[in-house]
Amino acid sequence: MATVDLRELGRTVWRPLGGDGRTRTGPRPPAVLWVPAVGVSLVMLLPLAYLFIRTSGAGPEVLNLLMRPRTLQLAAQTFGLAVTVTAGAVLIAVPLAWLTVRTDLPNRRLWSILISLPLVIPSYVGGLVMIAALGPRGMLQQALSEPFGIERLPEIYGFSGAAITLILFTYPYVLLSAQAGLQMIDPALEETSRSLGASSWKTFREVTLPQAQPSIAAGALLVALYTLSDFGVVSLLQFDSFTRAIYLQYQASLDRTLASAFALVLVLVSLIVLLIEMRSRGRAMYYRVGVGSGLAQPSPSVKLRHWRWPAVVFCGLVVAMSLGMPVLVLSYWLLRDFAAGANLQQVLLPALNSVYAAGLGAVVSVLAAVPVAILLVRFPGVVSAIIERIIYSAFALPGIVIALALVFFGANFATMIYQTMVLLVLAYLVRFLPQAVGALRASLLAVSPNVEEAARSLGRTPLQVAYSVTAPLIWPGIVYGGTLVFLTTMKELPATLLLSPIGFKTLATATWSYASGGFFAEAAAPALLLILVAAFPMAFLHVHERRGVS
Amino acid sequence: MLKRNVVKSKLGRRQLIKLLGLGAAGSLLVACQPQVVEKIGEKVKTVQPGEITVYSGRSEALVGPIIKRFEEQSAVKAKVRYGDTAELAATILEEGKNSPADVFFAQDAGALGAIAEKGMLIKLPDALLNKVDPRFRSPKGEWVGVSGRARTVVYNTERLHEEDLPDTILGFTDPKWKGQIGWAPTNGSFQAFVTALRKTEGEEGARKWLEGIKRNETKSYKDNTSIVRAVAAGEVQVGFVNHYYIYNLRKQDPNLKAKNYYPRGGGPGALINIAGAGILTTSKNLETAKSLLSFLLSEEAQQYFADQTFEYPLIAGVNAQLDLLPLDKINHPNIDLGNLADLQSTLTLLRDVGIL
Repeated sequence: MATVDLRELGRTVWRPLGGDGRTRTGPRPPAVLWVPAVGVSLVMLLPLAYLFIRTSGAGPEVLNLLMRPRTLQLAAQTFGLAVTVTAGAVLIAVPLAWLTVRTDLPNRRLWSILISLPLVIPSYVGGLVMIAALGPRGMLQQALSEPFGIERLPEIYGFSGAAITLILFTYPYVLLSAQAGLQMIDPALEETSRSLGASSWKTFREVTLPQAQPSIAAGALLVALYTLSDFGVVSLLQFDSFTRAIYLQYQASLDRTLASAFALVLVLVSLIVLLIEMRSRGRAMYYRVGVGSGLAQPSPSVKLRHWRWPAVVFCGLVVAMSLGMPVLVLSYWLLRDFAAGANLQQVLLPALNSVYAAGLGAVVSVLAAVPVAILLVRFPGVVSAIIERIIYSAFALPGIVIALALVFFGANFATMIYQTMVLLVLAYLVRFLPQAVGALRASLLAVSPNVEEAARSLGRTPLQVAYSVTAPLIWPGIVYGGTLVFLTTMKELPATLLLSPIGFKTLATATWSYASGGFFAEAAAPALLLILVAAFPMAFLHVHERRGVS
Repeated sequence: MLKRNVVKSKLGRRQLIKLLGLGAAGSLLVACQPQVVEKIGEKVKTVQPGEITVYSGRSEALVGPIIKRFEEQSAVKAKVRYGDTAELAATILEEGKNSPADVFFAQDAGALGAIAEKGMLIKLPDALLNKVDPRFRSPKGEWVGVSGRARTVVYNTERLHEEDLPDTILGFTDPKWKGQIGWAPTNGSFQAFVTALRKTEGEEGARKWLEGIKRNETKSYKDNTSIVRAVAAGEVQVGFVNHYYIYNLRKQDPNLKAKNYYPRGGGPGALINIAGAGILTTSKNLETAKSLLSFLLSEEAQQYFADQTFEYPLIAGVNAQLDLLPLDKINHPNIDLGNLADLQSTLTLLRDVGIL
């Protein structure tokens, strides 16, 4: 009994697609699929097109600057940060996802909500909070200096501080992705594994983890690319990254040519990251054969027994660092200000605007992601590979580059929609589509095409199949993708500042507006509200999921 | 039992998917509908005479109230896009001839210079320009300073006294300042100061100073506010900043342990830069735009800047806050602010020295 290879067991139930799925040439995709997918890709090409236009007139001095050893060093440093942050985020997020989806962790729905919220905290707020709390002479040091006489804390500025901060505020990318992935897994497999005498750990490692791998990889990719694009944390914690160099070009000299050249290098780095992710995604593709049996089945809980409390402590620690600390610091700023008699700014309208804009962004992104994801998964080939790279290429770009690209095209070629909600939502789409595509792709991978083919053979059109068969099956992926886009749009800054209808204030722009002027107390109110507002849809989703799984 | 539940939940999902699709289509339709757009924004093309569009690199907390006063006085509706000065300048450059902006209100002369260089700012009327001292406006009359900001050295009052500080900023290369200084190499005001340093000390002198400060293990910060906080907290003892940040922080913490020092020997460390404004050549509301600039240089607006943002008023007859060293007492280097737009060489120098 003990000699049964559990991976072998997985293969008998999940049918791997023969050989390398990417190179297999399938049937031609129907027009209803490729027309919207290509349309979406064209929109996603705008930032790249802009960068090429801006660098086309570049002289040799730009090339010289790019070729300097310093540039290479910057690229290597940035890449190193991305790898570290990704590894850290995966290490935190995968256990959390497993605990909240698959075990009898006490209050696991509450934990689910709490651990996903750090995603909504804007990068610069995260950086400010870290410095205020853990910086030299920060709150922690002040608290420790009286009783213990501690005068110096470990240095927070530089690589480690930036990496820790980014891990704390980006791990939800992996978490949400892995949670969706774990929900898709047929629990019967794990049961079988355990009934064959495998321990919980062995089952997790050899049955659960391999099947969740595509989802984890998709989340990890987002973390890596986000890290490449981040400006707020690296600038506040003084780590020299590529994005910082790009911002510097804009800030110091409005040198759009050199900034664009730097941005193109960043696109190159992100393509390398994408390649790594494709490798790590794994070759085998797992399909669930008994469709419907898994999704609607109540997931059996792994009994944590004496691991219960260590698990709770782990969740608590993560929440304390990534959510508790920001809330505490922001509340402190707010209260100190309140005591000083300052009047609170109007935050209700920005809150409504945030929800409105983020909701639109999420829905539009998910809708645009559906044809793309189906094309990527069901019709692998050269065209799909190109579309995939196009879609992810822009995600590592700093927000300001994408915002300026859309300013350029909007003001000069689409004046009707320039500085209206339409273009703003388009900007959100360009920035965040990869999140939705990644989510949908990971969940599509678990649905056997045989089911769709069966529905087709029964006389349904492709669209009907997508709507009545595929969409319900990949629902966790849709929810997760929409949530990701919603939360990240809530905190979006550069595009919102430059492209929104004039006077359209969101919680994120209100926070930035005050924080940038040094008014931390005034910035605290919209920042806290941002977290609070994000908590509602999260709570709704988790309650809804519970009903859906009944 | 289980099966029935399965069917039920599937239907729920399908309905939700349908709802989502309808909702998206609906909300996009709504977003496209003009009357709603009117409410949350405005169409770019429609320009009404009583309206003006301002791109402001100065934050709403600082200039919102004074723009509201302008609206009350003039019955003009001012629509303001707030953002980062450099990002808004880049936006104007990208928009080109289609820019909806009438007025650009910038935090520093450099950004205005960059826009003016592309021929995108009109020559302002002399009546407007002459309200301020020639050193606080564009030599070609393309922009005008609205408020003044002095470079200072902020120091920790627990550890240092003003007498301990060197006559000019050049003195901080002394090894006794090792590990004691904070600066913000990526900050626009700092780079403007380095540009001034290049003009007064020459390229070699500027390089030597930067290398000396770097050798002193000077700590880099993101911006002026971070420096003042770090100095007040004792993280470092002195920092190179603009003069007004300390006042914002003091409002939040009256016991702030930091004070400004205006280098008594003058030099580039006592540079006075401006926040200013210009009018775009593409403006369709030239007269209204001029009336806004004129208002910003009125006694009321200048008094506002003096009292609320702790900057230096630039027109005659309005005085700065009492505890500010008066403008004419500052040993200001003789530098044309228009020249500070030449930041590329400064950036190159900062990179060569290894600071950026």
